[in-house]
Amino acid sequence: MSIDLSQFFDVFFEESFEGLDAMESELLNLEPGKEDQETINTIFRAAHSIKGGSGTFGFTAVSDFTHVLETLLDQIRNGQRQLVAEHVNLLLKAVDCLRAMLTALQAQEEPERQEANELKQRFEAILNGENNTDAPEQAVSEPEEQVDLPITFQIDFKPLPYLFKTGNEPLYMIAELSELGELETQALHDEVPKLKQLNAEDCYLYWRFFLTTTRGESAIREIFEWVEDDAEITIVQCGGLFEEPVDQVDASDAQQSVPAEDELPVQTPAPAKTVQENKKEAGPAKDVRKNTDPSTTSIRVGIDKVDSLINMVGELVITQAMLSQIGEQEITESSIAALQEGLAQLAHNTRDLQENVMRIRMLPISFVFSRFPRLVRDISQKLNKQVELKLIGEQTELDKTVMEKLSDPMVHLVRNSLDHGLETPEERIAQGKDPVGTVTLNAFHQGGNIVIEIMDDGKGLDTEKIRNKAIQNGLIQEQDELTVDEINELIFMPGFSTADNVSEISGRGVGMDVVRKNIQALNGSVEVSSEAGVGSTFTIRLPLTLAILDGQLVQVADHTYIIPLISIVESLQIDIAKVSNVGKGLQVLRLRDEYIPILRLYDIFNHKGAREELDKTLLVVVENDNYKVGILVDDLLAQQQVVIKSLEANYQRVDGISGATILGDGTVSLIIDISGLIKLSGLRRPGSSELLVDLKADEGIPA
Amino acid sequence: MKKILAVDDSASMRQMVGFTLKKAGFDVVEAKDGSEALNLAKQQGFDAVISDVNMPVMDGITLIRELRSLPDYKFTPLLMLTTESGLDKKSEGKAAGATGWIVKPFNPEQLLAVLKKVIR
Repeated sequence: MSIDLSQFFDVFFEESFEGLDAMESELLNLEPGKEDQETINTIFRAAHSIKGGSGTFGFTAVSDFTHVLETLLDQIRNGQRQLVAEHVNLLLKAVDCLRAMLTALQAQEEPERQEANELKQRFEAILNGENNTDAPEQAVSEPEEQVDLPITFQIDFKPLPYLFKTGNEPLYMIAELSELGELETQALHDEVPKLKQLNAEDCYLYWRFFLTTTRGESAIREIFEWVEDDAEITIVQCGGLFEEPVDQVDASDAQQSVPAEDELPVQTPAPAKTVQENKKEAGPAKDVRKNTDPSTTSIRVGIDKVDSLINMVGELVITQAMLSQIGEQEITESSIAALQEGLAQLAHNTRDLQENVMRIRMLPISFVFSRFPRLVRDISQKLNKQVELKLIGEQTELDKTVMEKLSDPMVHLVRNSLDHGLETPEERIAQGKDPVGTVTLNAFHQGGNIVIEIMDDGKGLDTEKIRNKAIQNGLIQEQDELTVDEINELIFMPGFSTADNVSEISGRGVGMDVVRKNIQALNGSVEVSSEAGVGSTFTIRLPLTLAILDGQLVQVADHTYIIPLISIVESLQIDIAKVSNVGKGLQVLRLRDEYIPILRLYDIFNHKGAREELDKTLLVVVENDNYKVGILVDDLLAQQQVVIKSLEANYQRVDGISGATILGDGTVSLIIDISGLIKLSGLRRPGSSELLVDLKADEGIPA
Repeated sequence: MKKILAVDDSASMRQMVGFTLKKAGFDVVEAKDGSEALNLAKQQGFDAVISDVNMPVMDGITLIRELRSLPDYKFTPLLMLTTESGLDKKSEGKAAGATGWIVKPFNPEQLLAVLKKVIR
């Protein structure tokens, strides 16, 4: 039977990467001297599985390398060796190295050997060093003796009475023996007791075999390998007794496979050849893997999620059957009622189904959080800072696509907190703080959003410095009076940090505009709050998923647009008395203590036939980046969840539009991108959050 | 059809063993650790159990000890998957009631060859 092992490669890689992640996070939990047995066991098991799998599936470079760490871990696990910090560091490096090797193998490339070899030598140095109780590796398989001419063995096999209770079965051993050559079996029963004394579960029989074989003694020993402690076994070569069949056997066996003496040299290189052939065979198998695009990663979905989907599809099928039955009937008043009921059920089912399908893409945010213990450890070592990382809400679920894009901005923010937020232990002690700083990552759901906070208890943002730098860079004027929050906001400005970049690890402000841009690209927002000497908190707010959005349908002329419900603050009828002209064709509405610029969708998108009289229209007030604008629409339609289709993928990018959806009547409706719309309206300087008009109510705008 | 319980915490090994045994005409049930295996074994009968040694929750040796103490598994072949470095585990396994062991790494052919010692 031949089985193509490459079919198991994908699973092997997936679980190996998971194993490495587990190793990494557990290693980070290890404190030499205070190590916990279960943690060591978990790390050992992961290494052990990777070694076993890579050995089985033919990735010898990986299994050879893993062997040394497994050995070290085994010694630590058995108490033969004391865990020290050096081991942890080395094991972490080994995890990185294995990850690189497996990544290369997955992409069908030859893994980089040099680093692995160097690390392996360091492991070997530890293993061979003092305190080593490990016996040198035993040669496991001795070369099998191969005899040219059949030899007859006398084999005495006398199992101990309990043999059956080990699960071994003499019958199968006899069958195996008979496969080695010509077998003569004698069952000896003189130890079988009288019926009364007989215990049915014990083995009283024993055997004497005469086996004529070319395979040698080791092949026979192998058959009895599992029972050698549970039986008396003697194997002796014998000449006389069964000599006569030898010739016979010689003839029959020679036909099978016994190599004649002169054939032997040809036979010997055979194994090497087989290996080569295997390699060749592996070629096409690899090609199969090549087709699987590495970017199409898989997700593991809990069986409960799949079960509930199957349930719901079942419900849907029932509803469909019910509806089609109604469709076949004549239309009466009662059938219309039934139809309505059926449609209501269908709507209900569809919504449930949609929610559950979305849940499939949801993964706990621990997928992102899990990389931070390592990152924090490495950076804090480099900076000579003591840091405790707290992770809260790791089970909070988030769409996988959002998660993938969240990682980079978060890394940036965490690096910033470590580098600039947290003080050195000395500074902290001087301020009466705990020398160990804390960085907290906290994730939780709020409405349809996920909120992620990155908090540190460091020194907080230096508002004076930020202000000065902003003046230097011309972002604000010397005479501008800004609140603390407004100053802090400045770090998100593009070009803010072009001046003296603070360190190699990060500069607070370096690339903060990129962080904000990346998060905004996910329809999210990021804010900072900070208190001098107490710490800073960055708050990221993201929609749970990118694929579905709660939308407000609005009518402009004969077009329907969708405004994301999440941005809408309120919708109102305009009180004309409160509208002022502020020049450049811009009108603002005084709403309580704010002035709201009025954006006319029909103007921006060039629609004809929209209602232009302010008193006949509605204003949808939306908030973006902490400021508000009003979007003028003819009418508010329904609110509904819409499935977002990318315009870029299907057409091209359009300013002010984030995507499209298909409405119930089949028409396409565009989804408004608020920040893009503001840019498009010319209300805001490109690359600046500053509005072209000053809209502070307290400065007063003449009506 | 003979029914085999294959226990391993590694999904790829489990798949490989499962696939190989199924192809050889066995009925196979898979479990990811000793405790899951023990529960399965209590609910249904198996003609043989092949178990990894190092597993979370319940390791293979404990599983074998527990199984061997059950009347239904008094004579059942219980095989452990072990690595070449785990020689001491073999005696530990034997003491727990293991029938025999299969040394990792192995290929499907070797697995079936070894299995012939206890089940046909």
